[in-house]
Amino acid sequence: MSVLVIAENPKGNFKKSAFELTHFGHLTAQVLGTECTALVIGEVADAGQLGKYGASKVVKVAYDGGFDTTVYNRLITQVAEKVGADVVIVNHSANGKALIGGLGVALDAGVVSQINGVPTVDGANLVVTKPVFSGKAFAKYNISSSNKVLSLMGNAIPPREVGSDCAVEDLTIDVPNAAVTIKEVKTVDGTVPLPEAELVVSAGRGMKGPENWGIIEELAETLGATTACSRPVSDTGWRPHHEHVGQTGVAIRPNLYIAAGISGAIQHLAGVNSSKCIVVINKDPEAPFFKAANYGVCADLFEVVPKLNEAFKKALAQ
Amino acid sequence: MNLLVCINKTPDTTAKIAFTDGNTKFDTNGVQFIMNPYDEWYALVRALELKEQHGGSVTVINVGPAINDVVIRKALAIGADKAVRINAEASNSMMVAKNIADYTQANDFGIVFTGKESIDFNGSELGGFIAAYLGVPFLSYASSMEHDGTTARVTRDIEGGVEVADVQGKFVISAAKGLAEQRIPNMRGIMMAKKKPLEVVEPTSTDAHVTIAEYALPQEKSGVKMIDPENMDELVRLLQEEAKVIA
Ligand SMILES: Cc1cc2nc3c(=O)[nH]c(=O)nc-3n(C[C@H](O)[C@H](O)[C@H](O)COP(=O)(O)OP(=O)(O)OC[C@H]3O[C@@H](n4cnc5c(N)ncnc54)[C@H](O)[C@@H]3O)c2cc1C
Repeated sequence: MSVLVIAENPKGNFKKSAFELTHFGHLTAQVLGTECTALVIGEVADAGQLGKYGASKVVKVAYDGGFDTTVYNRLITQVAEKVGADVVIVNHSANGKALIGGLGVALDAGVVSQINGVPTVDGANLVVTKPVFSGKAFAKYNISSSNKVLSLMGNAIPPREVGSDCAVEDLTIDVPNAAVTIKEVKTVDGTVPLPEAELVVSAGRGMKGPENWGIIEELAETLGATTACSRPVSDTGWRPHHEHVGQTGVAIRPNLYIAAGISGAIQHLAGVNSSKCIVVINKDPEAPFFKAANYGVCADLFEVVPKLNEAFKKALAQ
Repeated sequence: MNLLVCINKTPDTTAKIAFTDGNTKFDTNGVQFIMNPYDEWYALVRALELKEQHGGSVTVINVGPAINDVVIRKALAIGADKAVRINAEASNSMMVAKNIADYTQANDFGIVFTGKESIDFNGSELGGFIAAYLGVPFLSYASSMEHDGTTARVTRDIEGGVEVADVQGKFVISAAKGLAEQRIPNMRGIMMAKKKPLEVVEPTSTDAHVTIAEYALPQEKSGVKMIDPENMDELVRLLQEEAKVIA
């Protein structure tokens, strides 16, 4: 019995989420008194580095096709059987979410997605927690099946280094034929995608129009932050859809969420209130967002945001 | 092609979330229920558009008790031809998926649609379960899908971008923003919905590997610290030294 984590390696490199997941797998294995194996599908520069975050072994399976749930689920299931894993954990990422259901069926496992803390054991049950009602509450789940499939929410635990590089073993697995044909993958380089971002600068209808977004982008650039927006802003096409955060957009959990000209409607808060620290800039002292904020600035954002940018620049230059 | 759309009933997005029975049950008192937005706005509408383009039929399916019929009728009013309700408490997504997959197998559907997630338990699990039970591909978080009658071209939202994939034959797709534009039911649709068939079938499975033991509400924020707008250096200092969220 052991823990298997699936370390994603888009474009042949691990992202922070792979280290988070490996470390989380290690902590889960400790709770269960077992070991954590990391699975790498395809090529990656330095697979053994996952040992630093607590993997006792990395297994690598050669595969150079695109993402395909049929292929991945078969492959992961066979690896889980080979290494004797009864807990399989993926990131709650685009691909992770696409896999959990299929893995659950193949392994006849209880599935809980988007868990946000290390599991505990209660008798025969594994106990995990996750946000529900789009972040308005949390639920504690008992998993009673012998196999379990979990997905880990982004930024839920920091990836800590606990050891050194580990051995990498190449496994040969029968890979089934792909059922889908990948035509194109288009991603923007250079910016951290919202679900993984530790720092987020977000703006709402208080911006008056898309032509004013320069001050938000400048602040984000100073901080190395990712930009986000409220729903009406993306609905009216001021900003792209993928920036829309909230109950019907992306749910995020950054260390710092700066919101300028956003009122703080319940649907917006749902997606962002797990952020560790929230700064709200709004000229209306009655804006509901202030109640959910750690720090508030009640003033005109067109004056405050540039000043805040200067203050950050000064501080970060030191 | 016959299309199946899975629809869930969720609390309205403005609903106040509270629990009863020692935090073990969701308190439905005074809560308004709606069709899960992703199911209604994107999955259902894209299925209707495909039918308008290629013919066939659109069936909506829900696992739940009779009070869910209100939400199911709304889907019929928006334009679905027929509805099926599997008469069981939807206790977990795997059980919901098994029942829907069994119904799908007994009937002939080319594409099964779900929303990308439901706004109550935020699982993002259902589509993957159904696809695996049916042994067909799962295309998740689709923000666009074109179908020429043989091949579907699906754009999936992934971290920082999109992935475009072609798929033939049967598949399961989960709908994200962009897949379609919300449709508001009109008077004629509402009148016609009353006459459309709503079939009630008994569940094939009620097994559960997971159960919810307890709910909790988030900790209240300890109170906002207001910062003088003229003193942004102070805000930066607090973020560095007190909140410790930047270096
Ligand atoms: C089913 C449903 C789902 C929804 N899902 C989401 C979701 O996922 N995400 C989401 O964000 N919304 C969602 N909404 C919409 C939500 O209810 C709000 O309408 C929306 O969040 C408001 O966006 P806003 O704060 O940008 O705009 P507004 O509410 O218009 O607020 C603008 C704010 O800017 C302030 N302001 C204006 N000018 C200035 C200035 N010069 N300086 C400083 N402050 C200024 C104002 O005081 C005001 O507080 C949903 C709604 C529904 C019905």
